[in-house]
Amino acid sequence: MSEVIFEKKSRNPGEHVSPTDPLFKLSAAIPEKHLRRSPLGIPELSELEVVRHFTRLSQKNFCVDTNFYPLGSCTMKYNPRVNDQVAAWPFYARIHPYQEERHVQGMLQVIHELEEDLCRITGMDAFSLQPAAGAQGEFAGLLIVKAYHDLKGQKRTKVFVPDSAHGTNPASAALCGYEVVQIKTDAAGRVDVADLKTKAKKDTACFMMTNPNTLGLFENNIREITRIVHDAGGLVYYDGANLNALLGISRPGDMDFDIVHVNLHKTFAVPHGSGGPGSGPVGVRAELEKFLPQPRLKRTEEGFVWDYDRPYSIGRLRSFYGNVGAYLRSYCYIRALGSAGLKRVSEFAVLAANYLKARLKNHYEMPHDSHCMHEFVCSARAQKAKGVKALDIAKRLLDEGIHAPTVYFPLIVEEALMVEPTETESKQTLDEFADAMIRIAEQADRDPASVQAAPVSTPVGRIDEVKAARTPNLRWQD
Amino acid sequence: MEYVSFTQEDQDEMLRVIGVKDFGDLLSGIPRDLRLREFNIGPGMSEMDLLISLRRIGQRNFHSDRFASFLGAGAYDHYIPPVVGQLSSRSEFLTAYTPYQGEASQGTLQTIYEYQSLMCNLLAMDVSNASVYDGASAAAEAVVLALRHTSRPRVLVPETLHPETIETLKTYAGNLPVEFVLLPQKDGVTDLDILEKQADGRTAAVVLQNPNFMGFLEDVSRASEIARKAGALMIVSVNPLSLGVLEAPGVLGADIAVGDGQPLGNPVSYGGPHFGFFAVKEPLMRRLPGRISGMTVDNKGRRAFVLTLQAREQHIRREKATSNICTNHALSALKALIFLTVIGPHGFKRMAELNVQKSHETLDILKSVPGVKPYSAAPFFNEFTVRIDKDDEKLKRAFFAQKLIGPLHLGRFDERWRGLYLVAVTEQRTTDEMERLARAIRDA
Repeated sequence: MSEVIFEKKSRNPGEHVSPTDPLFKLSAAIPEKHLRRSPLGIPELSELEVVRHFTRLSQKNFCVDTNFYPLGSCTMKYNPRVNDQVAAWPFYARIHPYQEERHVQGMLQVIHELEEDLCRITGMDAFSLQPAAGAQGEFAGLLIVKAYHDLKGQKRTKVFVPDSAHGTNPASAALCGYEVVQIKTDAAGRVDVADLKTKAKKDTACFMMTNPNTLGLFENNIREITRIVHDAGGLVYYDGANLNALLGISRPGDMDFDIVHVNLHKTFAVPHGSGGPGSGPVGVRAELEKFLPQPRLKRTEEGFVWDYDRPYSIGRLRSFYGNVGAYLRSYCYIRALGSAGLKRVSEFAVLAANYLKARLKNHYEMPHDSHCMHEFVCSARAQKAKGVKALDIAKRLLDEGIHAPTVYFPLIVEEALMVEPTETESKQTLDEFADAMIRIAEQADRDPASVQAAPVSTPVGRIDEVKAARTPNLRWQD
Repeated sequence: MEYVSFTQEDQDEMLRVIGVKDFGDLLSGIPRDLRLREFNIGPGMSEMDLLISLRRIGQRNFHSDRFASFLGAGAYDHYIPPVVGQLSSRSEFLTAYTPYQGEASQGTLQTIYEYQSLMCNLLAMDVSNASVYDGASAAAEAVVLALRHTSRPRVLVPETLHPETIETLKTYAGNLPVEFVLLPQKDGVTDLDILEKQADGRTAAVVLQNPNFMGFLEDVSRASEIARKAGALMIVSVNPLSLGVLEAPGVLGADIAVGDGQPLGNPVSYGGPHFGFFAVKEPLMRRLPGRISGMTVDNKGRRAFVLTLQAREQHIRREKATSNICTNHALSALKALIFLTVIGPHGFKRMAELNVQKSHETLDILKSVPGVKPYSAAPFFNEFTVRIDKDDEKLKRAFFAQKLIGPLHLGRFDERWRGLYLVAVTEQRTTDEMERLARAIRDA
């Protein structure tokens, strides 16, 4: 059984920092009524015990550095270690956000150049790096939509999302007070232009979409889509979740998107950190620049300064200037790769996804036949007829030492398995994955129970989620 | 320097299997006029040149390895045991995704559970989530929770709340029916008589920061009592390190406890990433934003951990979710967990006490400097506000000449605060550095 840290006890005299002065008396500095009487509840363990505990726990995780991680829509590429080292250097890790700007010009240069790089990559005119994650980038983008319409004196109430959209899209729209309207997907897996046409009216605030979409398909009618929304007076928002397909190939700005957010932790190689921190910079075309979050970095003759005088800004989304540690990693990544390297990222990501799709098409249903971009969605519908669901296949893959694809998303594909291999895997790894998927398809046909029993090689078997939700145990209590 | 790994042979073979002649065929779905013609990001560089370049840029930053810092206001120069960075940068934590596949993520899920437990203990609260982005957005999420939970519109916010947190609250709640009321301070602490007058049946929440933005300790118990009588939720934002000496917000009546976790094992990093903690009392459990890990069993009855209560979250509930948050700050929260367990209960208390000792020592030294006047006699933890009757530009130059990152001039936030300086003193400051600070002020 896996002991939690509170079940362990050894000696820790607390000598990492120096002792207090023997003459110091706490209650002489702070009146008794403020002082803590309740127990701290921090376990006492020797440093070795702590190191062993967390090292052992780490060994119960899959991660990119140990396992292939074809998680659709998440872009689990290799995260170069050199970037972590740069972010940890004291010049960057030990500077304070309220230091005078003239004393942190190096940091500000990195932020400025990264803003410019993102403009060049996406075709937008201005970027703010402030949003802490993709969902906060979306929130910022929708606040900009709102500010834009408010300034024009227009009350627009509806935000469109495709029925294949990620859950943060509608959740962000709701946080801004918008009503969410779904746009249908057509038989070819693209936005149903006819459906959009009937819905785009003068209450349309914005259409939020990805391109390629969550089926991994390029929206080839994108120019018409943006035109329809613009003609109705709305704006078009680009969710950058799938930008890894387009670096140096095509730009949201050229498709007439008005607002873009990118995920530095997907496309630009910031490690996912078991769920964050990420970073979700938001970019806009020139006429929307005045709405960007504040403060904005400004270049003056004396150097870079933070500009707080932004009367049209949507305001601040968080403290300070954002997840600078992520900026540094992405800045290094972009500098190291350069134009040719970035373009190769997307080309190889597309090549890898199409290769896997070709290798699997005789074994799994492919709801959409055309070439994909950086990811594709297949369906376990045929396997389900034998009692093997997408979830079972996902769990069986864990036994093969491969992380599961994204399952049951997008919602419009039955028994969806969404595969995004990324550009950093070798062909050998892709082949091992394809072989494993084919083996599982054969097992599903021959011996479904063996797939349903998976996983058997992980630290625990199938987890009782119902019990977890019905009788929540969310903290350790002695 | 690239990180792709297909050889030319691989590529040819892959295209053959796909059934296309060349790579361009795969992009045939992209209209010609949308294909990018010019892409100018620069030529790329070797890893060696990258490091040379980033070192050269970095050398233009003056950092607290070389300049002793008295700057705080939400980000503090604290000691971080090396083991924190080494364990948290293990591949298995650093390069894993959110633990949706529970069987392949027991390490992360258990650390989140332990983090939640430890934060509940420190804060004396019932339920914690797995973290949010930072202290300011945590406070904003708390206000959104309170507005939705009580269906009331008024939120009482003290002017001793961090100004950037106040701005963040306004951004987050800006499109909900809300009315913010700013509570004035008197002698560096919130005027609770005015709070008592303002708290009414339309009040959704009372927010308090302790220690407050000026460094002083608020009367959280009395404020909570006032909130409770009005039927409003009490939101308390705390500095987590101060809990080594100060009573926990849960004991003092908080319904929601939030704050920025940076002091716990996270570098300042020019303001991010840090993490926000967010904990509530039991009745608000199902209104928590973000991810939560729970203990359960697997199909063989073995202890197991899994993300739970997901019916609150965006990927299930979409527009009806309690928050739009998806990515959180798991790795930063993990650093806090490792920090707390490595330093241990005695070390944590010792570190908090050292902050009290050294900040009070600094104030004693500064009191004897002509032109320096304490702003208030209110008690404080590791930060305090003083008035310095000197020219700000001259002060800044004098701090620099003494190789110091000087205290924060509060005039940057509010004209009425011109001449007030917020001095932060962590366990890392030495008596020599305090004396240099005094000398700088004298010299200015």
